Amino acid sequence: MASQEMEQLVRREYTQGFVTDIESDTVPPGLDESTIAFISGKKGEPEWMLEWRLDAYHQWLKMTPPSWAHLDYPPIDYQAISYYSAPKKPEDRPQSLDEVDPKLLETYEKLGIPLHERAALAGVAVDAVFDSVSVTTTFKDKLAEAGVIFCSISEAIRDYPELIKQYLGSVVPKADNYFAALNSAVFTDGSFVFVPEGVTCPMELSTYFRINAANTGQFERTLIICEKQAQVSYLEGCTAPMRDENQLHAAVVELVALEDAYIKYSTVQNWYPGDEDGKGGIYNFVTKRGDCRGDRSRISWTQVETGSAITWKYPSCVLRGKDSIGEFYSVAVTNGRQQADTGTKMIHIGEGTRSYIVSKGIAAGRSDQSYRGLVKIGPRAKGARNFTQCDSLLIGDRCGAHTFPYQEIGNATSTLEHEATTSKIGEDQLFYCQTRGISEEDAVSMIVNGFCKDVFQELPMEFAVEAEALLNVTLEGAVG
Amino acid sequence: MSEEQTFIDALNRRMAARDAAEPTWVAARRQAASARFEAVGFPTRRDEAWKYTDTRSIARGTFVQADNAEFSPAAAAALTLPLDAIRLTFVDGVFSAALSDLDALPAGATVETLSQALESNHEAVGAVLGRLAGVDFSPFAALNTAFAEEGAIIRLAPGTVVETPILLQFLSREGDQPTMCHPRVLIEAGARSEATVIEHYVGETDAKNFTNVITEVLLDRGAIVQHYKLQEAPVGDMHIASVHVDQGRDSRFTSFNLNLGGALVRNDIVADLNAEGAETQYFGLFFAQGRQHVDNHTLVNHNAPRTYSQESYKGILDDRARGVFNGKVIVKRDSQQIEAYQNNANLLLSDRAEIDTKPELEIYADDVKCSHGATTGQLDEEAIYALRTRGIDEQTARGLLTLAFAGEVMEQVKHDAIAQRVELAVAGKLPERFNLAGLVEAAVALGEEG
Amino acid sequence: MMLEVKDLHVTVEGSEILKGLTLTVNPGEVHAIMGPNGAGKSTLSAVIAGKDGYEVTGGSITFEGKDVLEMEIEERAQAGLLLGFQYPVEIPGVKNIYLLKAALNAQRTARGEEEIPAPEFMKLVREKLNFMQMDPSFLQRAVNEGFSGGEKKRNEILQMLVLQPKLAMLDEIDSGLDIDAMKVVAKGINSLRSEERAILLVTHYQRLLDHIEPDVVHVLVDGRIVKSGDKNLALELESRGYDWLVEGSAA
Repeated sequence: MASQEMEQLVRREYTQGFVTDIESDTVPPGLDESTIAFISGKKGEPEWMLEWRLDAYHQWLKMTPPSWAHLDYPPIDYQAISYYSAPKKPEDRPQSLDEVDPKLLETYEKLGIPLHERAALAGVAVDAVFDSVSVTTTFKDKLAEAGVIFCSISEAIRDYPELIKQYLGSVVPKADNYFAALNSAVFTDGSFVFVPEGVTCPMELSTYFRINAANTGQFERTLIICEKQAQVSYLEGCTAPMRDENQLHAAVVELVALEDAYIKYSTVQNWYPGDEDGKGGIYNFVTKRGDCRGDRSRISWTQVETGSAITWKYPSCVLRGKDSIGEFYSVAVTNGRQQADTGTKMIHIGEGTRSYIVSKGIAAGRSDQSYRGLVKIGPRAKGARNFTQCDSLLIGDRCGAHTFPYQEIGNATSTLEHEATTSKIGEDQLFYCQTRGISEEDAVSMIVNGFCKDVFQELPMEFAVEAEALLNVTLEGAVG
Repeated sequence: MSEEQTFIDALNRRMAARDAAEPTWVAARRQAASARFEAVGFPTRRDEAWKYTDTRSIARGTFVQADNAEFSPAAAAALTLPLDAIRLTFVDGVFSAALSDLDALPAGATVETLSQALESNHEAVGAVLGRLAGVDFSPFAALNTAFAEEGAIIRLAPGTVVETPILLQFLSREGDQPTMCHPRVLIEAGARSEATVIEHYVGETDAKNFTNVITEVLLDRGAIVQHYKLQEAPVGDMHIASVHVDQGRDSRFTSFNLNLGGALVRNDIVADLNAEGAETQYFGLFFAQGRQHVDNHTLVNHNAPRTYSQESYKGILDDRARGVFNGKVIVKRDSQQIEAYQNNANLLLSDRAEIDTKPELEIYADDVKCSHGATTGQLDEEAIYALRTRGIDEQTARGLLTLAFAGEVMEQVKHDAIAQRVELAVAGKLPERFNLAGLVEAAVALGEEG
Repeated sequence: MMLEVKDLHVTVEGSEILKGLTLTVNPGEVHAIMGPNGAGKSTLSAVIAGKDGYEVTGGSITFEGKDVLEMEIEERAQAGLLLGFQYPVEIPGVKNIYLLKAALNAQRTARGEEEIPAPEFMKLVREKLNFMQMDPSFLQRAVNEGFSGGEKKRNEILQMLVLQPKLAMLDEIDSGLDIDAMKVVAKGINSLRSEERAILLVTHYQRLLDHIEPDVVHVLVDGRIVKSGDKNLALELESRGYDWLVEGSAA
């Protein structure tokens, strides 16, 4: 493909970069015990929760940021970040969409997410987070009928303290890593899902995150628990407006699946990646981990990562239960100056555990992308199996694609297969499509979507459509 | 006193006891290397490159450098590879003229010991030695450079074809005091020259010595070098080795890295493909049992367009042995039209054995065809069934297939003496329950029959 | 009698393939089992050889008075029951010479005999190779790896010649063979004929029987033997097909 065309495509503007002008109630930048007390107080949290946060904070102070990732970014000044921002009167939360600030709804419209329509049409319950506070939660009645709890984590701390005490930090311990410790100290909001024994959640649960106020780190905390034989599909999607300063994002997601439970967690991430020089994009340091605690439980992560300047993210599964299954399906697209170091960890502890990893990376522009994965098979995980397929597609000669798979195998009855390929879009494939009358751009789009098909088919239907569209927008013209 | 200081003191004592002065550059390099080693110290598990390999057993050891090369000729004959070769023998690192034989050396090729080469023309040695293996490569490279006294210098004039393999034999002796040696091997292959170099590490059963060797190979335009490393060191030996390769245009380098012995083994192989048409092939086999630990790190740097690499490593681990494989391929920016294939397959024969494998790709150019695969698993049940329908009991069938697993790498070996030696060693090492004794005999009989 | 299969019922993945098959083979006899696709021909030989995944739900198989179903796979082979596969599996890296030697020794050990001395073994193998018109280099090659269809079948017969089974079962040994290869294979099989030995040929086509004359021909339809006769039955099947028997069985 002609290089100018590629250039042109690479220079595509971030179509979702804009700022919503809503007043915020923001604490001054900086982090100390009083900041944490402020956040905890704002949330009306009980004393034990504040102590939990402070303990995390004290551990964090002793830790250092990880340096092993294939990422290059200036040190983050944690005292320059503001750790809390909320709409002006948090106690006056809108109770329905009608009460929501029309500007916010407008924002969603611009993002291509007509919230009310979409929610109504698709029957999806939406817990929209806007500047760290739940703005609206719908379909609560229907969920309550089924016995499913779906609310913000703040509400859960207030209303279901026993569940929180039992499960929060039980999958990702407070001091698991630098960013998880930070999150544990200062998390402001996020979702809580509890599906009781034997219940299949009657609808797909979805939350749209959106980072807005400048200089505000966003620290979500999500906890999903499926009791025995329970099932849920959770959808997370994000976009963010254009900003000059880098914005830090350090979320923690914990999943717990008991016997025969199944949790499917899907993400489409399209945060602002920064401008052509890589300026102003989101820094995304996420800890996502699922614990297959019960026998025959299953946790499935599907992600489509197209945004952020820096991505550091390894959704993982701890396969404790006998015959439990962990899955990771990922499409990561980087363009411009984006850097992504992402992958998964599958920790096989129980007998007969299985894991599947399918990772598709597409690097364009001057971006750099790494797959980093760990498959660990413990001595007691007899007959464990893993299959890993990890493919990279390079578009243009200024980008990089790397693969760092770690395999640690500690018994003789397990089977692991790992395959990885790196290639570019074949000239012959493009030519073939073109001789059939397909434009070069469409041909590239077809080939790239074909490359990602194994992952897209794991996404819930409406997400799959959005993901394909997103992929096309992200690579529009970048491809050549 | 720190572990590092023990080694530095040993070095200082050694140097003080020398009767003749060394060329200034040698002494300066020793000093710089010693300082480097002191600064970085022995690697720890926190170093990514040493994540799975603990070298404390070396750091805490007390080793002396041997001063003679006494070895019974009969015992040496029993250990040596049965093939016609241009032979240099080192006993605990000390050159043995009695066990060496350079008769078959053709014109255009020189094979000398390091000390001979330094004596005859030390500037020529200094100009090349260490060019590929700097002291910052690893703490052990620094340690080698500080201590190195002996080794082999092989030079091939342009167009020289050495048909007889050049065998560098390193014998490890039993003794009251464990020894250490830090040999250097340098192979300079001129344009269109061709040679096979075999490094063979073997020794007396109860030896507990430490070998820390560095090999540098420079291939000029169109040169072809086959490098075999057959490591059958005694199971008490510590063995650290690195091979550094620099490849010119259209050159071809093949590495066979065959590891059967040693208590703690670490191999690093690094090839820089610096000009178009350069091609490198890595074949590896490791079989560890008991509490053996074998770590293989390989790296291919595709520094120029249209360079090619291919790699196949196989590991068999039994008992409480641990294997590590880390294979890395780096394609530099603008190195277009690269083909790189890498494969690692492992077989665990015991639940207490462990393998840690990490095949890596780091790619900065788009017009590439790169792939890697890693599998760890069991033997093919259908093949076991097929063998059983021929009356072969299940354990023997498993043994045969394990042998076959190793055989896939050995098929590439061009020298029957090496291939047979390894095959017999693997068969003999397989657990008794595999019942291969009869077959090993048959293989020997077949071998003798021709 | 050598092999006796009585009222054999076999199920594969829940569906019944053999539905009461009865068959008796005596020493010295050559039997051919013919039948349309899906009749259960290959199932019969697989069950006798002990392949996984076949559930015997009724009936019995005895070989020289011993209960075959109680024997391990290799015990069956050591006792002299040898199966020649329709699709011989490739075993990368295992040399033919190893397979032959290990199999022969296993058989001899099972009979309480000494292992065969290497020179004697080599002599035997060379002779049989020669007979099958195979190159000695073939011994150093991995079992069936990269072999053509014809080579694989020849290899199956070579193993029979070396191992000298009491009952040789050959599953569609003629499939995929050209006429020259067929002749070599048939020659090998005919050389196995003797008073002490029996041969069981499983085949879809009459073609093979032009080269190896059977004593008894059975027609297997829908899991049962519906008709037995002499070699003329095979000729009749050749001209009339199986339909007349299939209809008969359905009725």
